[in-house]
Amino acid sequence: MIELEVNGTRHAVDVEPQMPLLWVLRDELRLPGTKFGCGAGLCGACTVHVEGRAMRSCSVPVSAVAGKPITTIEGLASRAALHPVQQAWLDLQVPQCGYCQPGMIMAVASLLAAKPHPTDDEIDAAITNICRCSTYARVRPAIHAAAKLLISKA
Amino acid sequence: MHAFDRSRRAFLQVSAVAGGALCLELVAPASLRADTPAQPAEVNAWIVIHPDDRVVIRIARSEMGQGSSTGLPMLVAEELECDWSKVSIEFASVSESLARNRPWGSMSTGGSRSIRESQEYLRKAGATAREMLLAAAATDLGVSKDECRAAKSVITHVPSGRHTTFGKVAAAAARLDVPNDVKLKAPGDWTLIGKAQVARFDLPDKVRGKPVYGIDVALPGMLYASLAQCPVFGGSVKSVDASAAQKMRGVKRVVQLPDAVAVVADSWWRANEAVKALKIVWNDAGKGAESSATILDYLKAGQADAGAPSARKDGDVAAAFAQAAKIVEAEYFTPYLNHATMEPQNCTAWFHEDGAGARLKVWAPTQSGEAAAMAAAEAGGVPVSSVSFTKTQVGGGFGRRGAFQDYVRYGVAVAKAMPGTPVKTLWSREEDMQHDYYRPISLTRMKASLDASGRVTGWQTKIACSSITASMAPARMKGGVDMQACGSFVDSPYAVANQQVDFSLRNTHVPVGYWRSVYHSQNPFFRECFVDEMAGAAGQDPYAFRRTLLDGEHAKRDLAILDTVAKAAGWGTPLPKGLHRGIAVADAYGSYTAGVVELAVDERNRITLSRVVIGVDPGHVVDVDAARAQIEGAVIFALSAIVYGDITLTGGRVNERNFNDYRMLHLRDAPPIEALLVPSGGFWGGMGEPPMVSVAPALVNALAAATGKRVRALPLVKAGYSLATSA
Repeated sequence: MIELEVNGTRHAVDVEPQMPLLWVLRDELRLPGTKFGCGAGLCGACTVHVEGRAMRSCSVPVSAVAGKPITTIEGLASRAALHPVQQAWLDLQVPQCGYCQPGMIMAVASLLAAKPHPTDDEIDAAITNICRCSTYARVRPAIHAAAKLLISKA
Repeated sequence: MHAFDRSRRAFLQVSAVAGGALCLELVAPASLRADTPAQPAEVNAWIVIHPDDRVVIRIARSEMGQGSSTGLPMLVAEELECDWSKVSIEFASVSESLARNRPWGSMSTGGSRSIRESQEYLRKAGATAREMLLAAAATDLGVSKDECRAAKSVITHVPSGRHTTFGKVAAAAARLDVPNDVKLKAPGDWTLIGKAQVARFDLPDKVRGKPVYGIDVALPGMLYASLAQCPVFGGSVKSVDASAAQKMRGVKRVVQLPDAVAVVADSWWRANEAVKALKIVWNDAGKGAESSATILDYLKAGQADAGAPSARKDGDVAAAFAQAAKIVEAEYFTPYLNHATMEPQNCTAWFHEDGAGARLKVWAPTQSGEAAAMAAAEAGGVPVSSVSFTKTQVGGGFGRRGAFQDYVRYGVAVAKAMPGTPVKTLWSREEDMQHDYYRPISLTRMKASLDASGRVTGWQTKIACSSITASMAPARMKGGVDMQACGSFVDSPYAVANQQVDFSLRNTHVPVGYWRSVYHSQNPFFRECFVDEMAGAAGQDPYAFRRTLLDGEHAKRDLAILDTVAKAAGWGTPLPKGLHRGIAVADAYGSYTAGVVELAVDERNRITLSRVVIGVDPGHVVDVDAARAQIEGAVIFALSAIVYGDITLTGGRVNERNFNDYRMLHLRDAPPIEALLVPSGGFWGGMGEPPMVSVAPALVNALAAATGKRVRALPLVKAGYSLATSA
């Protein structure tokens, strides 16, 4: 059994140690908000937080994150309010099909936790998620809007 | 979204009217109408009104990110005069549509058709319901209907100021006869369409990761499948050694299909690991030697075929060429492309018995619910009346999930081997990359004659390309010509007296299908780059040259959007050193577009895109923000294809496997985009695809202006270029 802590809840899962975290989340814990896009860490649709840092869960064996706090898109908002990144995404109407957006939002939330005022270069380096609907034109302003919301909240 | 309430469904009849347009008759038999005031009342098939004034508007088309699940109800609400803040949506049931002779008309979602094809019957549905509500309110208030007005879900008797609400009279309204002569508002009176800043219905769930895409379907006792399809298209399974796979943890069954082998397991990852352990010997159906090189040779042979049929013949191009002062000639190429929807193909299917006999339940992300249900019935060997099909959220469409429902057929075939157990079949990204209905490949040659003053006197185009129509609906070919594949040439707005368009059908073993703007992602690229080549030969400015050619009433909208975009982009004004512009104009899917791209190229062929201006005249715009988003997205979707997109073949199979070798633009590569919406009124054009079509020619024309070299084959990486942001 492998012990996991996901969105504040402890789980014990009986899976192979090399099973990627993505598939434990989706098929074992029934948390489908984290998406499968490529299975090779190339697209970022599966991005979650492990100890607050963005990781591409399709390429992380579950044994490597045993016992560490994991947050998925389902756990990003507090009960009462959206996370500022989600709020900015809604305010600027960023998503189109929406499939890659949980991963994109998790990547951005992690970036802003580490760098509350990211420059455009820092954004470019950190956010390499693929969006096939190509929402990028709104992603950058939404990141800056989320940064402002985070600061006004703090 | 609400579950569909079977007992309260309006019964609708569909009839074809003259001209082939679809006319929806809104007829609700008394037995199906609301009779107790506590119940929501179905005023017609599109509109359900609750006693507390909540309005549910039904959507027939798929939401795949284009925003039509917000734009379509705006059309209904504009005429209904309901309070928009009380509107919610639900998707009309696919199975009900098939069982009831399509009361909601077409559910197919593609070709930028959702708004333009349904806008009239949706506005009529709203207006009809409003008139019925007014009549019921007038009776209730004991006044004349002519003295009543509806606004924001309130009906007021104007002389007295007495009023009631939609919710209070909806049940009575639903029992009234349906008026058939409703008058629609003039565009100048619209308050929602093209005016309101609305919040999209689908986004609150999307930022929370809540929508259920096909990949997210979860059922009690459900198993998971991954599959390996024959890597050579058209081939089959010769033999499979599944001994190692069958011993792996969680594996329940290995299912051999004619051209694929699937593994069913208790988790998708386990199923996919077991697929990798299969030892399959394939029969390549004699196509194992096909490659990009052999296919290019086949295209070239098509170009050399003197007997290719003509799609258009105006005047006499040979005579024009014979008298030319100058001849311009060029050959262009565009490759096969994968759709690469972010959600890989998938389908969940469940064969089970209930009191009524064998049933097949199916869930899939699809652009065409009806086609999916029919494909499921066929693959399952059951009548379509036994299929219950649920359209899920769609993680990207772009044409992949419309005409061809291959992923549904595989999902159903796998589940058929597991009767009683729901099975979700999901393709790996590698399967998705190597098994698509690819954007057609094209080799197109153009030849034009100029007179001494630089006027174009003759223009011949020969298109050698793969045809979706020839493979899918050969009866629709016209004398060997696929007219769709000749789009932008057979209907070119340019005034040239002698024009000929020839078509050489070049279908190979590679399956082809619709892809966001399909042939319009190719032909306007060829045409508009060639126009620049002609302008160069004539020694004229590309914008001025186009203006001269866009002569006549039929070209007035092309000319207008070209002028608008040229002005917005500052065409002809000086640029900082190193920057260059390119321009293009094209109409597609009923809309008119033009684009200007500004770029710089360094000594190592690294391109910096400094500005992209795209203008679209779709006649009318419904949801302004969603339309703008379509321009922004379409530009970058186009750029990924222009810079990187290339599906190549070796040994009969596709080489590309994942996003490392089939690349996409990243956030850092996205250029500043100026999206100009210029609705001129009087017609309804599409928005999903048109904004793409002028991007490639405008960019490649700018590149030629910058380097003096003309790229005639995409993608740009093959010609040695890269984006400076990702070099």
